[in-house]
Amino acid sequence: MPIISRGFRGRRPAGDHELPPGQYETFDFPVLSAGPTPHVPLDEWEFTISTESGAEHRWTWADLKALPAETPTVDLHCVTKWSKFETEWQGVSLDVLFEDVESAADFTLVHSYGGYTTNIPLEDLTDGKAWIAYGYDGEPLPPEHGGPARLLVPHLYFWKSAKWVRGIRLQADDEPGFWESAGYHDYGDPWREQRYQGD
Amino acid sequence: MAGAAVPGRLGGRLRWHAAELLERRAESATAATLVFAVPGWPGHLAGQHVDVRLTAEDGYSTQRSYSIASASGGERVELTVQLVADGEVSPYLTDDMMPGDRVEFRGPVGGWFVWRPERPEPVLLVAGGSGIVPLMSMIRTRREAGSRVPFRLVYSVRSPDDRLYARELGRESPGLDVTHVYTRRAPDGRGRPPGRLTPDDLVRHGWPADFEPDCFVCGPTGFVEKAAAYLVLLGHASGKVRTERFGPSGG
Repeated sequence: MPIISRGFRGRRPAGDHELPPGQYETFDFPVLSAGPTPHVPLDEWEFTISTESGAEHRWTWADLKALPAETPTVDLHCVTKWSKFETEWQGVSLDVLFEDVESAADFTLVHSYGGYTTNIPLEDLTDGKAWIAYGYDGEPLPPEHGGPARLLVPHLYFWKSAKWVRGIRLQADDEPGFWESAGYHDYGDPWREQRYQGD
Repeated sequence: MAGAAVPGRLGGRLRWHAAELLERRAESATAATLVFAVPGWPGHLAGQHVDVRLTAEDGYSTQRSYSIASASGGERVELTVQLVADGEVSPYLTDDMMPGDRVEFRGPVGGWFVWRPERPEPVLLVAGGSGIVPLMSMIRTRREAGSRVPFRLVYSVRSPDDRLYARELGRESPGLDVTHVYTRRAPDGRGRPPGRLTPDDLVRHGWPADFEPDCFVCGPTGFVEKAAAYLVLLGHASGKVRTERFGPSGG
């Protein structure tokens, strides 16, 4: 039996979008991060996928930009409650980057310039579900939103979409990342409201 | 980073708790502090926030996150809420809700943007607008713990009327230095001319980087981006600069 907040009417979502439980729609683009924004010169930028056997696959900025790009339109759900619908991105599908990677691992630890990490099962990064995104709304991705490039994995809470992404490590075990070590959920499905450890 | 983000049993943090409004005080023309009684609340660390759930009579419900303003510990929890004019929730909290009315709390949330009284490092707090709220919890926790850790607060606000906690921050408090940076209008003709926070403000009123202070920056995105970048520019290690964005987004 929920507790009624007397006199609270609220505002029913006006759009035709369905919101995950506990979320509300926002039209601006809030920023969340734990520390200063790292600035990575493009000529020093690189992205790495490393496997459990120690193999490394590397891409420079020019390599990344030379790969076929997609322009996904996706909905974002942040654990701090806001959802933003129909955002337009540009980037490279991780299916392209994983193409030649040999691995038997089930888990990944995504790491970023600045030291941020987040853990994601490998199957949530494949099959058209995730991108390395470098464009937002027709423009280069701004640094405060994770530029030059961030992970985009929109079916999970947005903290999983690591900003300033630097690489993905494939590994046999699930190892909690930055927020996951601080009490946030290891998986983070907004539709099951997996906000915190134990949800 | 510590795995144990919050003290107490996990179960207590995952459950929704009834939170009854005891009183509300105006902090400025557009912000109010709400004092809640939350039986069974597991307590919080300075800097954490709480998920608030509101349910209308027809069962519609929505949630927001708010920073906790009161000192660490206890079942009496204070939130300071900035009114967002066309917001869904903040007008209810700042105006319509009456003592005796209830919402639900879950948490506390957030294990990174926290200050613990047992840390000996000096502390620099940099607040923009209503970003002062979680930093105020740190200041109050320091006072309640009898801590002698030196604190400096650099608080950027539009004008003297926009200051939150003006009286409390105006009182002498040994070991706590408070500097206001006014961006639009300063008090009559004295001191620093109005303008946005500069690196020089942080040099004058912060700590030298070689003191290795714990820095906490909270405010709107643009403010946090700049202030955190200035601190790194002044030599503070980025790992010592913890940030929290505080934006009226959908309010």
